[in-house]
Amino acid sequence: MSSEYKVPGQSGLVLAEELLWEKGRKGRSGASIPASKVPSAKLPAGLEGPGPDWPDLAEHQVARHYTRLSTWNFGVDTGTYPLGSCTMKYNPKINEELAGLPGFAKAHPLLPSEAVQGELQIIHELERFLAEIVGLEAASLQPGAGAHGELCGMLLIAAHHRHNKQKRTKVLMPDTAHGTNPASAAMCGFSEIKVPLGPKGYLEYATVEKLMNDEVAGLMVTNPNTLGLFETELVKINEMIHRRGGLVYGDGANLNAVMGRADLGKLGIDVVHYNTHKTLSTPHGGGGPGAGPVAVGKTLTPYLPGPRVVRKEDGGYEWNEDLPLSIGRMHAFHGQFRVLVRAYAYVLTMGAMLKDASELAVLNANYVKEKLKDLYDLPFPQHCMHECVFTNALQEPGKISTLDIAKRLIDLGFHPPTIYFPLVVHSAIMIEPTETESKEELDAFIAGMRQVALEARNTPDLLREAPTRTVRRRLDDVAAARRPVLTGDMK
Amino acid sequence: MRYLPHTPEDVKEMLDAVGVKSIDDLFAGIPPEARRDRPLDLPEPLTEWELRTRLEGLAQGGDWSVFAGAGSAPHHVPSLVPYLAGRSEFLTAYTPYQPEMSQGTLQAIFEFQTLVSRLTGLPVTNASMYDGSTALAEAALMAQRCTKRRALVVSELVHPHWRQVLKTYLDPLPDVEIVVLPAGPDGRADLSELSKVDKPAALLLQSPNFLGVIEDAALAAEAIHKAGGLLVSAFAEPFALGLLKSPGSLGADIAVGEGQSLGLGQGFGGPGLGLMSSKMELVRQIPGRLVGQTADVEGRRGFVLTLSTREQHIRRSKAVSNICSNAGHCALTAAMYMAAVGGTGFRELAKLNFDLGEYLKAGLLAKGFKPLVSGPTYNEFALTAPPGFVDRREELKQRKVLAGLPLKRWFPRYKDAWLFGVTETRSKEDIDQLLQEVL
Repeated sequence: MSSEYKVPGQSGLVLAEELLWEKGRKGRSGASIPASKVPSAKLPAGLEGPGPDWPDLAEHQVARHYTRLSTWNFGVDTGTYPLGSCTMKYNPKINEELAGLPGFAKAHPLLPSEAVQGELQIIHELERFLAEIVGLEAASLQPGAGAHGELCGMLLIAAHHRHNKQKRTKVLMPDTAHGTNPASAAMCGFSEIKVPLGPKGYLEYATVEKLMNDEVAGLMVTNPNTLGLFETELVKINEMIHRRGGLVYGDGANLNAVMGRADLGKLGIDVVHYNTHKTLSTPHGGGGPGAGPVAVGKTLTPYLPGPRVVRKEDGGYEWNEDLPLSIGRMHAFHGQFRVLVRAYAYVLTMGAMLKDASELAVLNANYVKEKLKDLYDLPFPQHCMHECVFTNALQEPGKISTLDIAKRLIDLGFHPPTIYFPLVVHSAIMIEPTETESKEELDAFIAGMRQVALEARNTPDLLREAPTRTVRRRLDDVAAARRPVLTGDMK
Repeated sequence: MRYLPHTPEDVKEMLDAVGVKSIDDLFAGIPPEARRDRPLDLPEPLTEWELRTRLEGLAQGGDWSVFAGAGSAPHHVPSLVPYLAGRSEFLTAYTPYQPEMSQGTLQAIFEFQTLVSRLTGLPVTNASMYDGSTALAEAALMAQRCTKRRALVVSELVHPHWRQVLKTYLDPLPDVEIVVLPAGPDGRADLSELSKVDKPAALLLQSPNFLGVIEDAALAAEAIHKAGGLLVSAFAEPFALGLLKSPGSLGADIAVGEGQSLGLGQGFGGPGLGLMSSKMELVRQIPGRLVGQTADVEGRRGFVLTLSTREQHIRRSKAVSNICSNAGHCALTAAMYMAAVGGTGFRELAKLNFDLGEYLKAGLLAKGFKPLVSGPTYNEFALTAPPGFVDRREELKQRKVLAGLPLKRWFPRYKDAWLFGVTETRSKEDIDQLLQEVL
């Protein structure tokens, strides 16, 4: 049996599909349009336009169009998707159905409280669950995605300092941070002070201590960090930051490693965001919608976005808009509600077994790390948390890039790991299997990675020319940026 | 547990392979003082069947008939749309960082950008923002970058919640003057105040505005352009653009909107779909993902994420925005909706919604309601209610009908005024019944 059988990637029939407006013909329709029973009204002169020039397609043409496009895609349901820092765990199907219940799907966001007691209960309970999971006081569900949660968190910190008449304009930024961290800080008017990483892959107290002063609003820290390592000196660091009047923002992108294991309150985190589309299993949807709830400690609770749901003495729920210190709204209504329904359903399904999820996520990452470290360079050899970071250092002398390795994995039927991130590691390959991959699936991925390492030595062109089994081969990014074509011709 | 595939034997074999005795050993890196010392205080896990019963009991708002929009409108969604959008190849994929295995998402978003550009009349559309309110706030920041100016002029008839989000975004930033344009008696922004603002970066206008009134965007564009600023034209109801002139054709530099009406359902307000289009010369300052057309090594047409040097993962603190994940699946769903309804169908629905609104308005006026303002409206409108309406409105709630929303909640001076609206999800008979019961 050839090694091809160990990995899922095979050739198959690929169907071509045109752009939407290259199909269809004026006068077709793919949807029922109710006939009008009311008189035709007249618009005042000069207001009417031609309406959008969209194609007209029959219903089955729309169905085929998107079904074919879907076959050019790869999701968690298609196969192993070990994209580091993205936590591509399985997305439960029941949660999709529940988010689609007409009671939610057709609910107007401005209905009076008495009409939406169930919806308010979900918001109230989920906030409590999210605070409990990380060991903090309170939460807000308004932020629309992880980066929006970061922005919210930094707005809370800015509001706190403003309230206390402190002029603090800088933020400490470890160089392992996701790009969203410095960008979120900048949106609040903060400039960054870069904090270099220690030689073992985590922040060192002495380094941070030297950089902290009374112009610094706080520290933004991802923990476990993007090398997959727990910040072992963070308790001491945070205590020092607090003593000198700063606050600590915890980036929750990697919370999947520590549920039930770490207590962020005790760690000294003042605010942390969740990516529901990572840690809480809501689907990523090819680019969102996510949701980026924040949980906060006592210091920042008064500044949370409003309005907030509160529980009345009679057990019912209502909105409280009387929040004098609140930063205000982060979303037109109550956050990405139907995404939050999925997260709520997930927490109710898992309960305290969220701890098991984190434990198995960490076990899976360490297993993959052990099984690959003889063939790939592993810059930080200690036990990792939920993800591990390799490089192409062993392949580079043969002129094989990290990109070549990733593209060959595609031909073998795997989504590649995150590549070239974190930036502190040269040509990184960042693997996060998540807890929902079984041992057999991990073994297949490991076999794929090992096959690629051997091919890099023996048949390197297989890597350089990959992928060859996809609907398109490598695409020209440079040409796309040089002469941007961002919309198609409708004619 | 069905989401955790590990058997005890799997765990044992894997621990052996890693060379540790127990899971605890893998967590030894967490300092003892930061370890959790109590179990997670969460409800006992539910089975799938218990969970369904629980959530079905909590899904309560959907059977109300709401005769008002205020930034969220009911529209029929063809079954085709959620069915196709639910395909897990789309739903369970990440952002398309590996274009060769994401061509489905990429082509669909390229098509989305094109369809939205045809709607807004502006040649660049990004791959989406979180919702209309955050799109508006980002457009304000974009206009500041484009003009290198700080002051912003915003009409008070922009959705009040969107203005609140704008304020949240701008609060921590130094030296941002926000001037609010008051409403004139016609229910349009009073542009005469504009000349008093020194060096405005942008005028933020919504049309149709929060009172449903169609603004004179062409006049607004002329005025703000004369002052050297940009026109940011917002819309909360995309169907308006099916019947009215597009923001681009009226001179807007940036158009932002809420796309929930395009097949997403109201969902108690989320997830939303932030739409954002601009002129081509502003493309380097637009936030968010952009999909562009290119070719593969064999010369075949294909799509990639492009112009990413604007973005946080490349530019970090110098990025035009921090946005990363957006509302991609909502954009995909909206594209499916636009494809299913088609240009012809969308036009018909846009006209139908205008006609239904005018029918309801005429009926209420006949019952003694008075127009709050005089300007022309699309689909939504504000009326002052005659005595007795408040009681009847309370009675209607008993059968889950909400007859209008009180404007005093957002505009204390409009104390007897109500915002009404109606869409194709209500029949003539529904409206007639409401008119009978309302007074």
